[in-house]
Amino acid sequence: MRKHRPLRPSVNPSGWLALLAVALVVALLLVSRDASSAPPTSRANGLSAFGTIAIVVTNPRCLNCHQADRPLQGDDRHAHIPRVERGPDNLGAVGMRCTGCHSLHANNDSSDVPGAPNWSLAPLSMLWQGLSPGALCQALKDPARNGKRNGAALMEHMGKDKLVGWGWNPGQGRAPVPVPRSELVKAMKTWVAAGMPCPDEVVMNLPSDAAGALGKEPWSH
Amino acid sequence: MVTLNINGTEHVLDVDPRMPLLWALRDRLDLVGTKFGCGRAQCGACTVHIDGEAARSCSIRVGDAVGKSITTIEGVTGKVAQAVQKAWQDIDVVQCGYCQSGQIMSAIVLLAAKPAPTDADIDSALAGNVCRCGTYVRIRKAIHQAARELA
Repeated sequence: MRKHRPLRPSVNPSGWLALLAVALVVALLLVSRDASSAPPTSRANGLSAFGTIAIVVTNPRCLNCHQADRPLQGDDRHAHIPRVERGPDNLGAVGMRCTGCHSLHANNDSSDVPGAPNWSLAPLSMLWQGLSPGALCQALKDPARNGKRNGAALMEHMGKDKLVGWGWNPGQGRAPVPVPRSELVKAMKTWVAAGMPCPDEVVMNLPSDAAGALGKEPWSH
Repeated sequence: MVTLNINGTEHVLDVDPRMPLLWALRDRLDLVGTKFGCGRAQCGACTVHIDGEAARSCSIRVGDAVGKSITTIEGVTGKVAQAVQKAWQDIDVVQCGYCQSGQIMSAIVLLAAKPAPTDADIDSALAGNVCRCGTYVRIRKAIHQAARELA
């Protein structure tokens, strides 16, 4: 039987993320206000660059599929309709496989179902659900949690991977990632050159159940 | 031109490769057992098999189905299909019937992969098949009966 998760009456999950994004950008601006005069490989420059990266990786186009049990959908991060599950290979349960609806080539302009090469839920090792930007930064640079990628491989992934690239071509009804991909690549270069610093000093943990709130299930009324 | 293998037969169609497979099935080949429900992969009425997996034909582009084996409700065969058909008749699952072609196609995929499915397996596999008459209880019962028949 399905577990019905109680709704959170007073917390808007999109609001939490917007608040976090603003707080992170402000904090990083404070940390890096002298970044313009600092050497390009400085920690301040790296943290400033991570601010740009954080905007991308916390965007629904990326975060919606870095979830635990099932993906989210839409700019409002609602639970995937119809209900789908991760399955043993991150590609869905028997009878409800990702490719039963999603093309591995392109978005479907008729049904508006999105599609791209390697369409899949991110592996559990790359779980970002409920992470603060600081924790997400740690996850991003940890080879055990980023698909065994070093800095160069991360840059390659962000700059050239076709499924990542879908974030800038998500099809009708979905907003693309707001930072141009070229800017993301530039930020990645700066961040990696600076030693991939993470904003440990910015303590912005989500409430313990906010991750659950992000997955509000429309059928659990 | 696009060549599709449907129910074991090659069909050459003069259609845009971006056309939804459902359009080709119903409007070009008169295979109208597969239903149009929502057109957005939300309801499951258009479920067919592509290489043995359940797929929503309203959301599969014809070009993506080239070179694959497509099976519709008209062409589904074998002992699993027969067991499902018998169970559906015995239990009289159908009410209005509009969604049932899709329900049956999903049930066959489930039973082919999991010969003794649990209620949770049924919920997972048929979560994308909506029935506005609410025949879910009978669908579940019929799948269990078909599983016993196949055991």
